[in-house]
Amino acid sequence: MPIELNVNGEQRTVDVDPQTPLLWVLRDALGLTGTKFGCGIAQCGACTVHVDGAARRACVTPVKYVAGKAITTIEGLGSPEALHPLQQAWLEADVVQCGYCQAGQLMSAAALLKEKPSPTDSDIDLAMSGNICRCGAYDRIRKAIKSTAAQSASAKQGEETRRTGL
Amino acid sequence: MTTTRRRFLQVSLLAGGGLALGISLPRPARAMGEGSSDGAEVTAFLRIHPDGRIVFVSPNIEMGQGIFTSHSMVIAEELDADLERFEARHSPVAAAYNNPLFGAMGTGGSTSTPAFWMPLRKAGAAARQMLLEAAAERWGVAAGELRTDRGRVIAPDGSTLEYGELAADAARQSALEEPPLKDPPDFRIIGRSTRRLEGPEKVTGEATFGIDLELPGMLTAVVARPPAFGAKSRGVRNETEVLAMPGVRRIKPISSGIAVLADSYWQAKQASDRLDVDWDDGDVELSSEGLLASYEALVASPGAVAEDHGEAEAQLSEGETIEATFHFPFLAHAPMEPLNATAHVRDGEAEVWAGTYLQTLDHFNIAQRLGLAPEKVQLHTVLAGGAFGRRANVASDFVIDAVEAAAGEGVPVKAVWTRENDIQGGMFRPVAVHRVAATLGEDGRPKAWHQRLATQSLMIGTPFEPFLVHDGIDHSSLEGATGMPYAIPHRRIELHTPETAVSGLWWRSVGHTHTGFVAEHFLDLLAHKAGQDPLDYRRKLLADGDPRQLGVLNLAAEKAGWGKRLPEGHAHGLALHKSFNSYVCQIFECSLAPDGTPIAHRVTCAVDVGLAINPWNIDQQVQGSVAYALTAALYGTIDIEAGRVRQSNFHDYPVLRMHEMPPVDVHIVPSAEPPTGIGEPGVPPVAPALANAKLALTGEPTTRLPFVDATWRV
Repeated sequence: MPIELNVNGEQRTVDVDPQTPLLWVLRDALGLTGTKFGCGIAQCGACTVHVDGAARRACVTPVKYVAGKAITTIEGLGSPEALHPLQQAWLEADVVQCGYCQAGQLMSAAALLKEKPSPTDSDIDLAMSGNICRCGAYDRIRKAIKSTAAQSASAKQGEETRRTGL
Repeated sequence: MTTTRRRFLQVSLLAGGGLALGISLPRPARAMGEGSSDGAEVTAFLRIHPDGRIVFVSPNIEMGQGIFTSHSMVIAEELDADLERFEARHSPVAAAYNNPLFGAMGTGGSTSTPAFWMPLRKAGAAARQMLLEAAAERWGVAAGELRTDRGRVIAPDGSTLEYGELAADAARQSALEEPPLKDPPDFRIIGRSTRRLEGPEKVTGEATFGIDLELPGMLTAVVARPPAFGAKSRGVRNETEVLAMPGVRRIKPISSGIAVLADSYWQAKQASDRLDVDWDDGDVELSSEGLLASYEALVASPGAVAEDHGEAEAQLSEGETIEATFHFPFLAHAPMEPLNATAHVRDGEAEVWAGTYLQTLDHFNIAQRLGLAPEKVQLHTVLAGGAFGRRANVASDFVIDAVEAAAGEGVPVKAVWTRENDIQGGMFRPVAVHRVAATLGEDGRPKAWHQRLATQSLMIGTPFEPFLVHDGIDHSSLEGATGMPYAIPHRRIELHTPETAVSGLWWRSVGHTHTGFVAEHFLDLLAHKAGQDPLDYRRKLLADGDPRQLGVLNLAAEKAGWGKRLPEGHAHGLALHKSFNSYVCQIFECSLAPDGTPIAHRVTCAVDVGLAINPWNIDQQVQGSVAYALTAALYGTIDIEAGRVRQSNFHDYPVLRMHEMPPVDVHIVPSAEPPTGIGEPGVPPVAPALANAKLALTGEPTTRLPFVDATWRV
């Protein structure tokens, strides 16, 4: 049965079993391989995407439940020409090692910052503890999230200053 | 000069008119495996394109350890090129890319840096000379009057030529065998913290790992594997039903189980779950507890003597002895990217893509399995999402899955392991038991140390056997137990090598994963018995030893503030261990959870890896090693009961998470010694440092890992 999806702002139609996890629709039907398979049981976070702005584990999300909702994958977070601020911070902090989990880490971090632009350490722990990094890049991930938050706060401050002249 | 020496540098023109410079490495007397196609004349480490792009063709796989970047830094330094213009890719399988320490292509044993450091410097330096010669011809001046600067040749009058413009002419110059190398004080790239080359594609999701490969007409295979070690299929009861499922194309037995081939992963997975395979019971007597008990019995009797100084046994028979027996569990590697490989077998030839890294042997195994001549097989190395030892094995297990699944299909087949396959599929860090007894002299220092261990061999029966097994003693089982750095006059180390039905495999730092624990925790037990400070104790025992051991010990102690007042309920635990010629000391500040599990609050590391090529990468590797080893020390165990693995996925084989990761400070000892590897040496000190912190807090030894009892998880 054809299912209508909105992925990274584009309308896509897929003809798959409606129970198929979103992860495999993205990877196998739509060719969006940035979203990764790690465990298949929502334990590792490598498959994290956004559904209507919230972080979801695509490996346990049947595609029928996300029909018509706004799905964002790593390919839609930023592009090589226009990186998302978190991707930029990831590069500056030299976060990645093998890199396999990083799409999921970035999607979880982006959902966190959307909800809490200035997260505390425990906010970061809570939002990020569903994402395993076997290379152990956690310290750099934390730093990159904090530096992004700090930059966006100072940019906002600057904007406020320009607007109000204060 | 031998022939191989004279042929050190070989030059050829790239199709596009660039400069290709390959290195023929001297081969060890005993080459490992057969079947590599000799491609030295047409392949190269370094390609300079007319547009100025420089491609480093890496003999080592990039699996997260940062070798693309550090090798590129070494070449760029001597080439005097701009690292920004570099990109890296994996080499094909050819003898020109053999790891000189293996005599075959391969990555492992933290050898990439020490093995390739000089060959890559010479490749860069020789290429620079050829570019100078080309420019000299162009301008009609002597090469000696020219200099280079970041990718350009500069004439005395200030005219410049870009390397890209000179590449085609440079390729016609002859390469110097012994090109002049830079003096280390002139290094501007080596030693500077550098971001990894492939970072951008890894943050945008563009990086293509093996599992991301998509080829026209490709099928995906998922294999239903035996539920127990030794179990064999007596047939499939519902083949017709499963074949009728959507997308399912084929069901076929292969060496590892029953493969289901389908249009997509999810269809193959659903079908393989639905398969009703008539498995026999397998090895129902097999259990990890049973193995540990039998090993404990083994270490009660003498084993093969691997090291014997003085008269340890005689010394132990006089006076008071301190004894302990240590148990270590099976461990799975569990890299983030599930194992996978893709094969396309057609018309008497095969093409295979895999994040594998004993490529000469893999290539041979593929050809042999298909009955093809080696030159009919192409193996492409792809980016690996972690490995930690798992993606290199002499059986090429996950590669052969794809090859067997694809044989006869005519279309490409990607064989993908589920996480359950990975956790339950063997190739584990083997169980081990150590029994140690020691006596102390009047000064409280150890006088005699007698250690026996039992663990299965990882090397016997592999191509590594001639290098690592002597007189039946597998030195990879003992590394770290033999050759202790401390001044202990009477030492005897014995080894038992039982065979088991469970396949074993090197796991990040190999034998050091258990020998390092025993050496460093037992030493603390002796210091505790003697009533001496563990740091002082080590300093005394190292006073006349290797100064680099003392160097990392003292640096870590200073940076951690050893001896300072810590918060109530906190203590420091330290461990010092040299592995793969790199020295690491770690000091953990810990408290205890109510169940006695140590909680790490801060980790201070000092490392001596000789000349540090990329300090940031060293920092990453040591932080990562702490996370990897902390995971194992706290939670890691694969329990086998009635031949079956009890764990199956990350819910019961947990991995350290963000909120459990302590801050890790890494300090590098400045050094001009030749560089050594750092992919593994950060692992061994972690568990003993935790155990030593617990000892300091409670006076209790830790004789069994992991710290957290796994039974609650089942």
